[in-house]
Amino acid sequence: MTLPIDAIQDGIIADFGIFDQWMEKYEYIIDLGKNMQPLDERYKREENLVPGCQSRVWLHAELVDRKVIFTADSDAIITKGIIALLLQTVSGQPPEAIGEAELYFIDRIGLREHLSPNRSNGLVNMIRKIKSVASGFSAAG
Amino acid sequence: MIGTTEAGQKENLSGGKPFNVEEVRQDFPLLERQVNGQRLVYLDSGASSQKPRSVIDRVSHYYCREHANIHRGVHHLSQHATEAYEGVRETARRFLNAGHGHEILFTKGTTESINLVASSFGRKFLNPGDEVLVSMMEHHSNIVPWQMICQERQARLRVVPINRAGELDMDALESLLNERTRLVSVAHVSNALGTINPARDITALAHERQIPVLLDGAQAVPHMHVDVQDLDVDFYAFSAHKMFGPTGVGVLYGKEELLDAMPPYQGGGEMIERVTFDRTTFSTLPYKFEAGTPSIADGMGFGAAMAYYDQFDEQEVIAHEQDLLTYATDQLCELDGLKIIGTAAHKAGVISFVFEDVHPFDVGTILDQLGIAVRTGHHCAQPLMDFYGIPGTVRASFAMYNNRSDVDALVAGVRKAARLLR
Ligand SMILES: Cc1ncc(COP(=O)(O)O)c(C=O)c1O
Repeated sequence: MTLPIDAIQDGIIADFGIFDQWMEKYEYIIDLGKNMQPLDERYKREENLVPGCQSRVWLHAELVDRKVIFTADSDAIITKGIIALLLQTVSGQPPEAIGEAELYFIDRIGLREHLSPNRSNGLVNMIRKIKSVASGFSAAG
Repeated sequence: MIGTTEAGQKENLSGGKPFNVEEVRQDFPLLERQVNGQRLVYLDSGASSQKPRSVIDRVSHYYCREHANIHRGVHHLSQHATEAYEGVRETARRFLNAGHGHEILFTKGTTESINLVASSFGRKFLNPGDEVLVSMMEHHSNIVPWQMICQERQARLRVVPINRAGELDMDALESLLNERTRLVSVAHVSNALGTINPARDITALAHERQIPVLLDGAQAVPHMHVDVQDLDVDFYAFSAHKMFGPTGVGVLYGKEELLDAMPPYQGGGEMIERVTFDRTTFSTLPYKFEAGTPSIADGMGFGAAMAYYDQFDEQEVIAHEQDLLTYATDQLCELDGLKIIGTAAHKAGVISFVFEDVHPFDVGTILDQLGIAVRTGHHCAQPLMDFYGIPGTVRASFAMYNNRSDVDALVAGVRKAARLLR
C-alpha cells in the first residue's frame, strides 16, 4: 500500500530537514539522480519530451491497476534528482489523487527557485504534464 | 568627472580618467550585494550588464525633475526634455562616430533594430529569388527576422559556415556573395563564442559588389570602440542594457542614403508630416522610423551610460578585459574534461565551455549556489549549438567591472561543481 501523496511529501520535507548546508542537499539530489532507474530508450520519444526544458526531460506514464506509474529521465543530473523526488510522490498513486495534489514539498525543501520560469528546466512543465496525464487517465476512467 | 545638468548630459569625451577596476566596482551598487549568502560574482554581463550609479541617478533625476513628452509640447518641460533626448542622439552619434545625428535611430534594442531593417529594407529591396546572408554563429535575433521576411518575399536565407574554432569562413563568405545577394547581416562579436569577426574585411568584400552590411553589435559595443565610418558599415545595431544603460532602449545606425530609401517601419504619432484619410506623408529622418512615445527616461540613462564609457582610456579597458579573458581561459583549460567552445584568435568578453560528461545546466545550478552568476544553455544560438553537437554551454561573460577575484571564484566553483556532479 503506497502512502498518500501528502504523507510522502511530509516525509521528504523531514528528510531534507537534516541538511543544514546547500552542498549536502545538492549532493543528496545528485545521488538520487544518479541512482534513478534509467528510462527505457524506447520511451525517449518526441511525445514524451517535456517542453521548455534547458535539459531534456522525458516522462512516460502507464495506468496499472488504476494507479499511474511514471518513469522519467533527463540528461541533467540535478533535474533528474528533482524528478526522482517528484516521482516518489506521484508515481503509483490513483489519477484522481494526482490531479488534486498540491506539490508543496518543492518549495519547503528550498528548491523553489527551480520552479521559476527563468530556470527553464521545465519543472513547472513537468508538473503540468504529470497532472494532464493523470487527468487523461481519470477521464478515460 | 561627468556632470549631468538639467540641460542634459555634458560628456567628457577625452577619456582621460585612469582605469582602476576596484574604483569602477564602487560605481556599481548592485555588485555590493550578496546572493545565496555569498559575495555576488556577476559573470553574466553578456546577457545584461549592471548599471553604474550615474545611469541610475540620471533616470531617477529625469523622472523627478524633467519628465514630459518630447517633440510635442510648447511648454518648458517638453522643450527641455526634447533637447535632452536629442542630446543623447548626438552623444550616440559621437560614440559611434556616425556622420549625421539623423542616422541614429532609437529603438527598443538590438532585436528591434534588426527587425526594423528586415522589415523595412526587406519590403523595399527583397524580391523573389534574392538572397540574404547570415552566419552560423548568429543570435536568433539575427536569424528569425530574416527568415520571416525571406519567407514573405520568397527570398532565400543563406548561411556562412564557420570553422571549429568559431571563426567565419571568409572564403566561403566571399563565394556566397553573388548578384542575388541583397544584404549581409552578421554579428560583430558572437555572444556564444566571443569571436570578434573581421568587420572591415566583411564590409570590403560586400561593398566590392555593392551589397550593404548590417553588423549586430550587441556584444561588441560593450567591449570595443566602434567607429561606423571606419568600418564603413551600412547598418549597426546594439542595445543599451548590455553596456551599462537601461533596458528598453537601443540604436540602429543606418547610412542616410539607405534609410532615406526605406519605407517606415511602424506607423503612428511622431513619424508623420501630415495625415489625412486619403494620404499620409512621413517625416524626415530619424523620426520617420520612430513612431510613438519612446522610452524617454531610459534614453537619458543611455546617454549617461555612454558618458560612463567615455571617461576612460579605451585601450586600458580593453587591456583589462583581455587580461581577464586570458587569465580565465588559461585556468579553465587545466580542468579535467573541460573544453572551451570558441577558440578564435580574436575574442572579446565571453568564455563558453562544456564538460564531456556534465550537463551545463547542472554546472550553472551549482555555481548559482556559490553566488556565481553565469548563463547556461544555447544562448539563443541553437544552430550554432547544433554545429558543435552540444545542448548548450556554460558561458561566463565579462564587463570592465570584473576582476581577477571573480575569475578565481569561477574557476574554484567550476572545479567544485565538476567534483560534485561526476
Ligand atoms: C549578439 C546578440 N544579438 C542580439 C541580441 C539581442 O539583444 P536584445 O535582447 O537586447 O534585443 C543579443 C542579446 O543577447 C546578442 O547577444
